[in-house]
Amino acid sequence: MTQIQKKEGFADNLLQRHRLGNFWSRLFQISTGVGIIALIALLLNITNSAFGYVATENKVDPETLAINGIPLEQLHPIDLTYILEQNVSAGFFRVQNNEYPFEERTREEIYDLVIERVVEPEAVSTWSLFDSLIHKDEIEAKASEKYPNAELSFQSWINGNFLISPQSADPERAGVRTAVLGSLWVVTITLLFAFPTGVGAAIYLEEYAGDLWINRLIQTNINNLAGVPSIIYGILGLAIFVRGLEPITSGAFLGTVDPTTANGRTILSAGLTLGLLILPLIIINAQEAIRAVPGSLRQASFGLGATKWQTIWHHVLPNAIPGILTGTILAISRALGETAPLVVVGASTFITFDPTSPFSKFTTLPIQIYQWTSRPQDEFRNIAAAAIIVLLIILLSLNGIAVFLRNQYSNKI
Amino acid sequence: MQSSQSIDLRKKRRWGETLIQASLFVAGAFSILTTVGIVYELGKESMSFFSQVSLWEFFTGTNWNPQIGQFGIWALLNATLMTTLIAMLVALPIGLSIALYLSEYATHKARQTLKPILEVLAGIPTVVYGYFALTFMTPLLRSIFGEGVVDIYNTASAGIVIGILIIPMVSSMSEDALSAVPRALREAAYGLGATKLETAVKVVLPAAVSGIMAAFIISISRAIGETMIVAVAAGAGSNFTFNPFEAAETMTGHIVRISGGDLSYDSIDYNSIFAIGLTLFFMTLSLNVISQRIVRKYREVYE
Repeated sequence: MTQIQKKEGFADNLLQRHRLGNFWSRLFQISTGVGIIALIALLLNITNSAFGYVATENKVDPETLAINGIPLEQLHPIDLTYILEQNVSAGFFRVQNNEYPFEERTREEIYDLVIERVVEPEAVSTWSLFDSLIHKDEIEAKASEKYPNAELSFQSWINGNFLISPQSADPERAGVRTAVLGSLWVVTITLLFAFPTGVGAAIYLEEYAGDLWINRLIQTNINNLAGVPSIIYGILGLAIFVRGLEPITSGAFLGTVDPTTANGRTILSAGLTLGLLILPLIIINAQEAIRAVPGSLRQASFGLGATKWQTIWHHVLPNAIPGILTGTILAISRALGETAPLVVVGASTFITFDPTSPFSKFTTLPIQIYQWTSRPQDEFRNIAAAAIIVLLIILLSLNGIAVFLRNQYSNKI
Repeated sequence: MQSSQSIDLRKKRRWGETLIQASLFVAGAFSILTTVGIVYELGKESMSFFSQVSLWEFFTGTNWNPQIGQFGIWALLNATLMTTLIAMLVALPIGLSIALYLSEYATHKARQTLKPILEVLAGIPTVVYGYFALTFMTPLLRSIFGEGVVDIYNTASAGIVIGILIIPMVSSMSEDALSAVPRALREAAYGLGATKLETAVKVVLPAAVSGIMAAFIISISRAIGETMIVAVAAGAGSNFTFNPFEAAETMTGHIVRISGGDLSYDSIDYNSIFAIGLTLFFMTLSLNVISQRIVRKYREVYE
């Protein structure tokens, strides 16, 4: 066995070089860890605020409302109506009765109204999930000392009521119903506009466009538009859809002006603005999908005498559609998360009724999160966190569908 | 059957096909209309803004107080540059390290798990990052540097969180550039006795530098245009300061705050958001064009 002789100057700094290499390789690993820690911190931070102890104080003790020793929960609807009549203003009672007579309401509905209007529970203090788990005893001691009348309970801010209640000035009763419906309306308009336009543009660029200056201009322009900050689209939407096309976007041209809006700050304007925003994304993704369809398919179709459009419609598009759909879903999830352009276009700060047409005022889930986050009270932070969880679940499921489609597609080829 | 009748071999004019092609062209031209619309609307309203405010004041002033007629863009631009700089200090080293790790060090399996996680980070809406900045990063900074030093709203917290938002963008674009470097170059370096680090830093990195530069520049443009994080966490009210722990409103933050209220058309406030928007549009557009130029001009083409 021969042994390589270590010569002077050959392996001098070898150890040092390896040490340096190891040091940096650790550093690269740590950096990757930092990225993951940031994601975990973000998710934990949201979970931390979405659950936890709440001390609620009742304005009126429900026990004092008991009639003949029967507790409030078991009272007959007629008694509940009586309690309501005694404790709320006559005007409110009359309005409620006119809208939906008390005789026709179920016991639960009247009971909820009594709780909301008479008992009026109010959150006086809230604690985060982390505190609630670790310092349970301290919280109990503090709550009973500071708020002797308050009832301490562990609450998940994201719950059934939160999902189906409309917006409210009271964080305890506010929900995301209006915002989720608003998001759905806006995204539907966005999709109706951006999908046909985007796919059409992609077909034109990939299948028809020759090497002309106008086609090159369109292509460069699309790439540049993808890099324009979203808020610029908001300003564009404000100038064109809200102001310039007000007769159309407010619904005046159909004579169906919503009396509460009567201007262009509507679902239609918001949807079209987001449509312009995601158009470049849809085009670029659809182009890639169309480009991936093998040329031999087109040749075969032409060879059998099909026209250009027949070839595209019957052969190119069916093969490209999974890719196009994947791109579109990703673009839609981008649109669902957008906030800034919609604030500029003029989202409503407070609406409690469901949107009914493209010409209604709008709010969306991210806007709702933004508005709740901007409020100073802690309880609004809690419901903002709950709304974030709703938004993230929607986005994650959309991304899941996109990944599923992509896998299905790649299995096929 | 008359044999003398010749077959017409000329292409048949199909009006349906022409109509389809025309409408597809219109769909493609929509993107041009969008750009024209942006430039026209921003330009038109900015013109009426600059008929009331001099260009000189706009581009040199350091005070932005619409109530008393001061419109110096530097008050807002300075805050934008501060948050962007802080974001880049976070995103560039971490993003590039992740890219180097994923492309040069990580095993196939590690890459398969890490890349989707980073994609999730990139897919979270920015308003959620805004919430994160306000309820996590700011309290963290305040507990480190002291509550007297750090304001509740500050550019440092917003900048760091923008940095986190941009990490996936830097890392995935840089990793694409690094992976495009052919294996042969690495093998050659190993053959000459280079360590893994020396190969990565002295051979692969220089070969991919154009793609990485492009990624950096695109990220700067993204950080400048980022809106919701600064709107939530950087504070309201313009403030010309170089202290990252003070509240200062950025260009995008100002646009959101002004337009979130009841904005009446043809007021100076309404016109001013178009002037700010135009400035923003040209800044990001030139950065994007520069990055495309870099890729086209300096890209090393192998084989």
